[in-house]
Amino acid sequence: MSKSLLHINGLTKAYPGVVANDDVSFNIDAGEIHALLGENGAGKSTLVKMIYGLVRPDHGAMQLAGKNFSPAEPRAARAAGVAMVFQHFSLFEALSVAENIALGMETPPKSNALSARITEVSQAYGLPLDPERLVGDLSAGERQRVEIIRCLLQEPKLLIMDEPTSVLTPQEVTTLFTTLRKLKAEGTSILYISHKLEEIRALCETATILRGGKKVATCDPRKKSARELAEMMVGGTLNSAKAKKTTLGEVVLKVSELSLPPQSAFGTSLKNIAFQLHKGEILGIGGVAGNGQDELLACLSGEVKTTGDAIQLNGVSLGNMLPNVRRALGVLAAPEERLGHAAAPDMSLTENAMLTAMTRQNLSKSGFLDWPRAKAFAEQVISQFDVRTPGPQSAARSLSGGNLQKFVIGREVLQDPEVLIVNQPTWGVDAAAAADIRQALLDLATKGAAVIVISQDLDELMEISTSFAALNTGRLSTARPMAELSLDEIGLLLGGADAAA
Amino acid sequence: MDLSAISPTLLVASLMVAATPILLAAIGELVVEKSGVLNLGVEGMMITGAISGFAAAVLTGSPMIGFLCAALGGAALSVIFAIITQYFLSNQVATGLALTLFGLGLSAMLGQSYVGIKPPASVKLDLPLVSDIPVIGPILFSHDFTVYAALTLVTGVWWFLKYTRGGLILRAVGESHDAAHALGYKVVRVRILAIMFGGACAGLGGAALSLVRVPQWTEGMTAGAGWIALAIVVFASWKPARVLLGAYLFGGVAVLQLNLQAAGVSIPVEYLSMSPYLITIVVLVVMSANRSKSALNAPAALGRVFHASR
Repeated sequence: MSKSLLHINGLTKAYPGVVANDDVSFNIDAGEIHALLGENGAGKSTLVKMIYGLVRPDHGAMQLAGKNFSPAEPRAARAAGVAMVFQHFSLFEALSVAENIALGMETPPKSNALSARITEVSQAYGLPLDPERLVGDLSAGERQRVEIIRCLLQEPKLLIMDEPTSVLTPQEVTTLFTTLRKLKAEGTSILYISHKLEEIRALCETATILRGGKKVATCDPRKKSARELAEMMVGGTLNSAKAKKTTLGEVVLKVSELSLPPQSAFGTSLKNIAFQLHKGEILGIGGVAGNGQDELLACLSGEVKTTGDAIQLNGVSLGNMLPNVRRALGVLAAPEERLGHAAAPDMSLTENAMLTAMTRQNLSKSGFLDWPRAKAFAEQVISQFDVRTPGPQSAARSLSGGNLQKFVIGREVLQDPEVLIVNQPTWGVDAAAAADIRQALLDLATKGAAVIVISQDLDELMEISTSFAALNTGRLSTARPMAELSLDEIGLLLGGADAAA
Repeated sequence: MDLSAISPTLLVASLMVAATPILLAAIGELVVEKSGVLNLGVEGMMITGAISGFAAAVLTGSPMIGFLCAALGGAALSVIFAIITQYFLSNQVATGLALTLFGLGLSAMLGQSYVGIKPPASVKLDLPLVSDIPVIGPILFSHDFTVYAALTLVTGVWWFLKYTRGGLILRAVGESHDAAHALGYKVVRVRILAIMFGGACAGLGGAALSLVRVPQWTEGMTAGAGWIALAIVVFASWKPARVLLGAYLFGGVAVLQLNLQAAGVSIPVEYLSMSPYLITIVVLVVMSANRSKSALNAPAALGRVFHASR
């Protein structure tokens, strides 16, 4: 048996109204890849923040390599040999790679020496990186390399990785796993947080599962099925979304030669995008964030105007129409950012319902807003989509991410769209709510609507899409039926190779 | 009209003096904005510095103590802003505007008994021989020490931001306070220090106005110099060297219009007086024409409230 590196004993942390961690204890051995599993809100982040010194525990103690360990701040944790790669990158876009790395170190060497070290370490671990480039110009995968190298330069004993693969292509995931296995062979322990169960089964030898702030089990994930793990996380049986057999109808939406210059300094341009969407079709658009997803949604929803003919709905040119005109014709959209884009944070759910549903639900009478009907519509969304909230008068900001997402998607689905475009419909939503949202999208398609799902979650796209296309640096690959594609082919498409070409 | 009366040498020499108050205030505000804080109270801090420096210099007879008190006065006023915005998380724009109004009122009250008094003369560089060289002498070697102090400060800020770890941390905080916090940097502490530095610089700028440039005390004597300093920071796209350029450009136009007035150019005085402000606006518009490029250098967290709850 290898010896224990980090021993966690009875950690408890309560916030007003919630107990984020309740008496959590487990062990991480030296040279082990240890998975931390759990739904959103299960307390994974809080636990990790306590190990990294960002949050002080209320009770409980930790021992690192046999010594008492209670870091007061990240600096102390780093000094003790704990490094962390964050879920939402803790990087500075306007600074260079070397500057970003220097900021994460206690005593960085002089800039020339540091650049040399970065190049050396990045080559040793197969993570090529140019120290002089601005982080704002890097892809998501490259940004993660910056974070990892920043950690590796400190030669940590324990490396914490929070959802590292959520933004990576399958090939990048393979590279990452090779790096992690190499680190493990050198004796570094890794605490790996994810809710992608197949990855954990492929990579980790121990898994600790949290639910509602409590530890549920510690097990060997290789000896459990993904389903068993998921049910331990959820604490019940899990329904996965099921598609009914659908036949594709005639073409509803036709996009051709859609191009858009970049909208900001770090923005992406769209290059000659073309696809056709049929009645009853769910087109899954995959790709790593920042490859034009937001721009494509903005063009389709009408936030950004394009040339008229680029987008046609049943032969009508939409390209230079405003969002409300498109809504009236049946093109609805739910953008990725829930707070601030899909919903106005400080407005009530009724007001948010009014904002997008006014045209199609006839919520105005001769120029005046019909609030009772808007409230009734909001209530309908809340009840049909099981949105947990005190009522339609609650501010959008007060809802949890998953509940708000259900509301935002439900609001569009219930307007009976002809074409619905959603971006990252289940990002940061727990498994049960995600399954509900996917089911709603499938039902909508079964009823004859056409749906575009833009997502970085490949499992999700493979589960619900009938056809698939990949966005890479603003170019869209040719859409192909999902059933024909293998995982490798999808990976190549995401990396920019157009299989049809 | 006699344009030949305008001497280019004297023009350059006097524009350096004229630009110094704005230059000091702008370089301070640049540091504040680089840390991600927008302090619109520059005008208020400047005029508070102008009167506290003036009063201290008159009372002690020492211009040096005057400048010290000016810096302290400006910094003291900025501490109010720092506490309200960093601890009570108030809106930075509204608080900054309030600070300007407060500073104007406070200085008018403090300055009532100082109107019409002449302050002790400040130290002027006077090197034998060197200061008497034609052209170069008046331009480079015979200024008040504040001119050199301001230039040293600009160089120092440039060096600090570019080459030191402290400067890197300051820029990081202004770029993304959440990321800086996640790495364990003290966002609020860094910002408060930056705000105080900005206040001290604005105070010095005010004193350079009341003790050197004018030199006397009148109510509201900054006359928008603080706002020009704010505009120059944007014009400079947050680069110290360009702050110097912007301040000298504004100073140059201000001095030139005075010279033109004296030379009796047949343009109404009002137009000449407004020209420095007009040119600032024109330059700002030209500079911001390429939005994506100028936005690139802007601190991404500028004006955003930081709350370390997560």
